[in-house]
Amino acid sequence: MSSSFDVLIVGIGGQGTILASNIIGEACLIEETPIKGVETHGMAQRGGSVESHVRIGGEFGPLIVPGGADLMIALDLLEAVRYRHYLKKGARIIANDHTVVPTSVHMQSLDMPGRDALVADLADFDLTLVDAADLAAEAGNLIVQNVVMLGAAAPSFPLKPESLEEAVRRSVPPKTLDLNLRAFALGREAGLKKE
Amino acid sequence: MVKRYLLGNEAIAHACIEAGIDFASGYPGTPSSEVVDTLRAQKEREFYIEWSVNEKVAFENALAASWCGLRSMVTMKHVGLNVAADPLMTSAYTGAKGGFVVLSADDPYAHSSQNEQDTRRYAHFAKIPCMVPASVQEAHDMMKDAFALSEAVGLPVLYRPTTRICHSKGDVDLAEASEEHRTGAFEKDPTQYVVVPAHTRVLHKKLNEKQPAVRKAVHALGYNTAEVRGKTAVVACGIAASYVREVLPADVSFMKIGCFPVDPAWMEEFVRAHETVLIVEEGAPIVEERLRQLSCGVKVFGQMDGTVPKEGEFSPALVAEMMVKAGILAASPFQAPAAAAPGLPPRPPVLCAGCPHRSVFYAIKRAFPDGIYPSDIGCYTLGLQLGTVDTTICMGASVTVGSGIAHSGEERPVVATIGDSTFLHTGIQGLINAVYNNAEMTLVILDNRITAMTGHQPNPCTGETAMGASSVPVSLEALCRACGVQFVETVDPYDFTASLQVLKEAKARPGVKVVIAKQACVITAKRAKVRRGRYVVDPEVCTACGACLRFGCPAIGRDENDKAVINELCNGCGVCADLCPTGAIGKEGRR
Repeated sequence: MSSSFDVLIVGIGGQGTILASNIIGEACLIEETPIKGVETHGMAQRGGSVESHVRIGGEFGPLIVPGGADLMIALDLLEAVRYRHYLKKGARIIANDHTVVPTSVHMQSLDMPGRDALVADLADFDLTLVDAADLAAEAGNLIVQNVVMLGAAAPSFPLKPESLEEAVRRSVPPKTLDLNLRAFALGREAGLKKE
Repeated sequence: MVKRYLLGNEAIAHACIEAGIDFASGYPGTPSSEVVDTLRAQKEREFYIEWSVNEKVAFENALAASWCGLRSMVTMKHVGLNVAADPLMTSAYTGAKGGFVVLSADDPYAHSSQNEQDTRRYAHFAKIPCMVPASVQEAHDMMKDAFALSEAVGLPVLYRPTTRICHSKGDVDLAEASEEHRTGAFEKDPTQYVVVPAHTRVLHKKLNEKQPAVRKAVHALGYNTAEVRGKTAVVACGIAASYVREVLPADVSFMKIGCFPVDPAWMEEFVRAHETVLIVEEGAPIVEERLRQLSCGVKVFGQMDGTVPKEGEFSPALVAEMMVKAGILAASPFQAPAAAAPGLPPRPPVLCAGCPHRSVFYAIKRAFPDGIYPSDIGCYTLGLQLGTVDTTICMGASVTVGSGIAHSGEERPVVATIGDSTFLHTGIQGLINAVYNNAEMTLVILDNRITAMTGHQPNPCTGETAMGASSVPVSLEALCRACGVQFVETVDPYDFTASLQVLKEAKARPGVKVVIAKQACVITAKRAKVRRGRYVVDPEVCTACGACLRFGCPAIGRDENDKAVINELCNGCGVCADLCPTGAIGKEGRR
């Protein structure tokens, strides 16, 4: 059996799950820890529901088994609920305290669960809610919400926060480096506060 | 040697560079596209590269390069190989000179595909070797060996990764880029390259005679491995081998198949050493068919007896279940997950906010409320959610299905939609045919100047080659006129009123009509720094009628009073302002 620490990053196509998983990958390279992962490309990128599997210490395949993930980073609250069955009992969830209403709700007149109902659906887990938009705005641009969330999850990783921070340096476009480092720091602070 | 965290496709592309590739061509298709895109992105490039108009064209270009002694590769997805199947079959006869690798990526579970066919069948059909990687590292190593194998046996080598290889990531050991590059030179040899019957009969015999040497060369690569540990065995191929290894008990034998054709004597020896064998392979039961022929007396579990699913993709949990069924594991080692949450609204992929296709589909629905809408393969297949996609089969089939329906006595108007890249791929032949045979239909070419779905690869409408050189963009108007179409009109889909008018004009005319809806893909426009400004809803004027919401744009939602509200996704196409019956929507800062 694999002894990997399995992280599921979920969200909406375009929110930056791929960059988040790349940063974790770089951090593993820095710590010389094996890593495997897999993510959604193609069709699902167009605003669809996306999932990225990351297996820190993983030596076998890239897929996380339902019921096997140790940690979830959810860039959207509704997506956290959609993928909660991937988590181990009582596992940790770092979720954005915000959800984008899917177009299907308007087009097909479907019911959209409210924020409190979504939070209640995650009651069995160790949930930390983060206002990613607020912190990203504080860092300087809404676009860095993914890095805010990664920062908030940093205390829950079996990796040194410094490795993750160095990985941010190596993974983001140079001219956005300061912005991303601020986002990571603000997220980390928020994650620690909730510990 | 350097270790990097790479996507499977990036690792494959790097292996090509390590192997000294000279020529690469392909047609984009998920999950294969990033191989050529990664090669394209190299700053220093000592090889030729092109995105071709379709897979057959790409295949024949790369085959010719191989005949000239170059190391060449052609990339596509499994369904693309159907388009290139004609030259594939005969290329086994003519053979390869420079290493020639045919990368055809399979998509178990059809994450982004119209079917789940298995490329390995084609290798068997064509009598050429096939390589199936089980991990990102192996995908890298195998690709390097594929060129050498092709040269050693003088045949094209099929390289078949799957979605969970192409789009998975891992820490990969890479080597240095090769310094060696070749200059192509064609040596005339009609007996080899002109497949008239007299030559081809000889070539077929030669191909058959090569087979024992091919099996030997494949086996010598060491990607087919076997370890005997007990009386029970699991045999696996591709990514499934990684899932098996995750759950395999220590006393169970394991055989991994990475390359075909498999040496039957080697497989027979392994099988006969066991009482029970489970075969775990995604796709078709290719290993299983061979193994069952050699298994007399051995209990075999696989797809054929229902132990292993015949469709979809596997996972470690699913593989554990198969092992339980075959009596190899007493119980699955994975704990039962929490229940999936019921009743959540789905979030399928949608056309982007400001996508020009949405507006065209909306206008089509208005102009042809009783229409039949054959469509094609690309982003615009997502028009399904707007109710304007009635059929999708394969690249180019919108036009042909459209003319077929039109010739069947159907009274309702037929309006087919096709993207620019798809039109150039195989749509144009259908148009020639429809016009010449007097079909009654309207074809709308959704011309966004790029192959958007697969990651914005250039095509001959773009005006830039894969090498980054500017080139003459093809004139779709002139092409359609040359096909004999009398009514060819170009519209700007952001001008909803004018687009609707032209579609109505097309409806009133007889024969084949073409409307070209031309507007750059909203993502490429954004990257090119086109800023149109955002639109906003005036809540005082909005009556919450929902007309704009039916447009299906992800930038439009409702506020707590059910009134429309436009979010930050807005790209400023402004079509919603045209659609609003009360004039509540306008450009930000303009009121």
